[in-house]
Amino acid sequence: MTIEISIRIGASRGLPGHMAGRTSAHYAIAPVVTAPRRSLAKRTVAAVITGALVLGAAGALNAQTLLNVSYDPTREFYREYNTQFANWWQAQGNAAPKLETSHGGSGAQARAVMDGLNAQVVTLALASDIDKIAQMGKLPADWQSRLPHNASPYTSTIVFLVRKGNPKHIQDWDDLTGDGIEVITPNPKTSGGARWNYLAAWAWAEKNGKDPKAFVHDLYAHVPVLDSGARGATTTFAQRGIGDVLLAWENEAYLALEQMGDDAFDIVVPSVSIRAEPPVAMVTANIKDDDQRALAQAYLEHLYAPEAQALAFKHFYRAWDTSAAAPEDVARFPKLDLVGIEDFGGWSKAQPDHFGDGGIFDQIYVPQ
Amino acid sequence: MMAALRPRRSAMPGFGITMGVTLTMLSLVVLLPIGALVIKGTAFGPEAVWEVVNRPRTWAALWLSFRLSALAALFNLVFGVLLAWVLVRYRFVGRRLFDAAVDLPFALPTAVAGIALTTLYAPNGVFGSVLAHLGWRVAYTQWGIFVALVFVGLPFVVRTVQPVLATMDRELEEASATLGASRTRTICKVILPMLMPAALTGVALALARAVGEYGSVIFIAGNIPMRTEIAPLLIVIQLEEFNYDAAAAIGLAMLAISFVLLLAINLLQVWSRRRIENA
Amino acid sequence: MPDTVPHAFARHAVSPVTERAWVRHTLIALAATGLAVLVFAPLCVVFQEALAGDWRTALANPDARSAIRLTLTVTAISVPLNAIFGITAAWAITKFEFRGKALLITLIDLPFSVSPVVAGLCLVLLFGANTGIGGWMVAHGHPIIFALPGIVLATLFITFPFVARELIPLMTEQGRTEEEAALSLGASGLRTFATVTLPNIRWALLYGVLLSNARAMGEFGAVAVVSGKIRGQTATMPITIEMLYNEYLSVAAFTLAAVLALLALVTLALKTALELRHADQLAAIGHP
Repeated sequence: MTIEISIRIGASRGLPGHMAGRTSAHYAIAPVVTAPRRSLAKRTVAAVITGALVLGAAGALNAQTLLNVSYDPTREFYREYNTQFANWWQAQGNAAPKLETSHGGSGAQARAVMDGLNAQVVTLALASDIDKIAQMGKLPADWQSRLPHNASPYTSTIVFLVRKGNPKHIQDWDDLTGDGIEVITPNPKTSGGARWNYLAAWAWAEKNGKDPKAFVHDLYAHVPVLDSGARGATTTFAQRGIGDVLLAWENEAYLALEQMGDDAFDIVVPSVSIRAEPPVAMVTANIKDDDQRALAQAYLEHLYAPEAQALAFKHFYRAWDTSAAAPEDVARFPKLDLVGIEDFGGWSKAQPDHFGDGGIFDQIYVPQ
Repeated sequence: MMAALRPRRSAMPGFGITMGVTLTMLSLVVLLPIGALVIKGTAFGPEAVWEVVNRPRTWAALWLSFRLSALAALFNLVFGVLLAWVLVRYRFVGRRLFDAAVDLPFALPTAVAGIALTTLYAPNGVFGSVLAHLGWRVAYTQWGIFVALVFVGLPFVVRTVQPVLATMDRELEEASATLGASRTRTICKVILPMLMPAALTGVALALARAVGEYGSVIFIAGNIPMRTEIAPLLIVIQLEEFNYDAAAAIGLAMLAISFVLLLAINLLQVWSRRRIENA
Repeated sequence: MPDTVPHAFARHAVSPVTERAWVRHTLIALAATGLAVLVFAPLCVVFQEALAGDWRTALANPDARSAIRLTLTVTAISVPLNAIFGITAAWAITKFEFRGKALLITLIDLPFSVSPVVAGLCLVLLFGANTGIGGWMVAHGHPIIFALPGIVLATLFITFPFVARELIPLMTEQGRTEEEAALSLGASGLRTFATVTLPNIRWALLYGVLLSNARAMGEFGAVAVVSGKIRGQTATMPITIEMLYNEYLSVAAFTLAAVLALLALVTLALKTALELRHADQLAAIGHP
């Protein structure tokens, strides 16, 4: 019996305190008489308490947690970045952080944070989504000036994805409204990314002396399916075979090529597009102490470090610092004429004017 | 509340406790959250609610949602009773597999169902390509919405009719046959009326479920405003703009219409049961 | 049950209580075709997509594992609660006459007519951090939204009517004569329920539990609003499936979907096993 006990305890040394205690008590005591059982039970209790205390104390010292609430297509990037950052953070002499991420539609994610999702860091698709959180007082109104480049460590733009060989000869925005052309783009009302598509079209029309309102009206008349999100639109185009051209984020388009084979599609870069800036910010109201603040701050600032920027390039984002990036990741991106959201008066103006209830986009579908 | 609910006859025990548990859980799980929605709508103001609801696009979406839901529920009524009949009354190879398949529309997350259905019915899909030859487009049209709604509502009628049919007294049928009624007449005059309350329950549930369905429809609908835009999508659109009030307004409108429909079906059911009992 | 039908066949070439052979075969064929098109075809798509790639890796993913665990936990809490509610509600509604019965039934149905998105919205409006109750709960360290309680509440809401609605039509049809007989013979209420009512309703109860079980595991819309979607923590299987799909990991997404479908089939296999074991009693109910 004694041997039995020692084996059990020895075998369960790797387990957390309460498990080890339970295993030894449960299996070993049964045939033993009452008096030793009590002492063993006491020892078990003591072991459990000690274990809990040790774990608890270790928890207080170690596991500084951080929840990053992000939007859909950033999973691969943040998965790698979390590892990279955790290593760097430990190299600075800190304990290993516990980094958690949540991905979903940008607007829905912002809503979750507003309704109490305990995010310390938000990394969303649109500045207007973070502005909404700021309006609730969860972070300072000037959050966008607290980090370089409008708090956007990486950017992207809108390009066209066409079928291999470009059979419909689509080169620029005006080709999209040609006879019989079908355009696939998600619904700007439900997809943050699709708002960039719409604004890029608007910017091209303005630069080319066309009536932008008439042009977007014409463009959306060529859209047979308005998917609710970017991924749905990519599927409709790539796997269902609907449409001649997909308006997509550049990083999504390259990801689609990578995932679905580059023998099926080509990327066409229009003459004018928009600089899409997915911004990041710290949710100051959800920071519980100075240690967590330091961690969140470092998490965001490290996004601008050369190795993190290289990671962004690798994941098809246009980042800023090319010093550590692989040359082929940088060379992939052609130069093109980019307008910014500031040309539309910022999101605080563009959002209600174009995409608000009864805004210009809604008017497209009002029967005339 | 309890006073109004007091039973007229009380030969049975347990009214207090069962009604107590029922009302408590109903309040906690259902009425309280819905109450929060109603309060939100009330705070928004009736005129504002009406302004959001009374737009051509909202009406188009509500009409589309309720029309297709009703059609899908009717289809499920016929197919569901047939399926329940076949599963309960006949013995054939693969019956248990069929029985198992009935619940699958629930177990598959709605988004998966939507993606799978779109894969099948898209112009390059297995069914879609055949139908395209016949000049019939299903995916990204109202037919696509219909197919998705039939799918999500399928289990309801089957599963409400099945237990009633299984425990139904066969002596009634035998009596009817002995009295010289043809089989068709027995089915129409004896069996179907007895299945009616259960079938109506199933229809009510399928209808209600279809009206609110979002996840599966969104992939196959096309979502073009005024044509293939369903009412729940309008709610999501309002939420994307952080417009909780307008979202609550459309939600309330849907709730009100569904409530009236369900109440009508349930009254019809209570009435049809009284008629059977009196007959 | 299974032995009663062949018995009927044996007596007559065309029994008065069944249909002609060609009618039976046509009906079976119709049912089979309908099920094949409506249910089996989409299911095939799911398995085809899952088996197209390396589904083993997808299953070994810790996020997928924790999603499976969470979904099973939520189901294990919400389904028994709904069963209890369903039985009590059905008893109160079918054994007694009272005014407002149709209204009460309609209120029980109400969760079905609420779009899952709105159901989630309702919970956020009630328990969100900006509301009185929600704020108080968060301040005391018991958040409801974006934690397990919120997910359970959303699931309870969505599956609320299932058991009750299965039982009500059946218990209505069965009436209360048997219970009244038992009571007049001096049985207590609880005993009457256990020995008279429960055997009569157990198949309907089982159907209700199966339905709410399947729906509880598959629910997406309402849970998505209150989940917070934190990987490995508050992401249920349907939520994880959507996230994986949005990240171009369709093999992983459809593998999890196939697991969900299989979980539903497991419960159905249990039902079949019960049916086989109790076939004699079931037949006895059919022919009292």
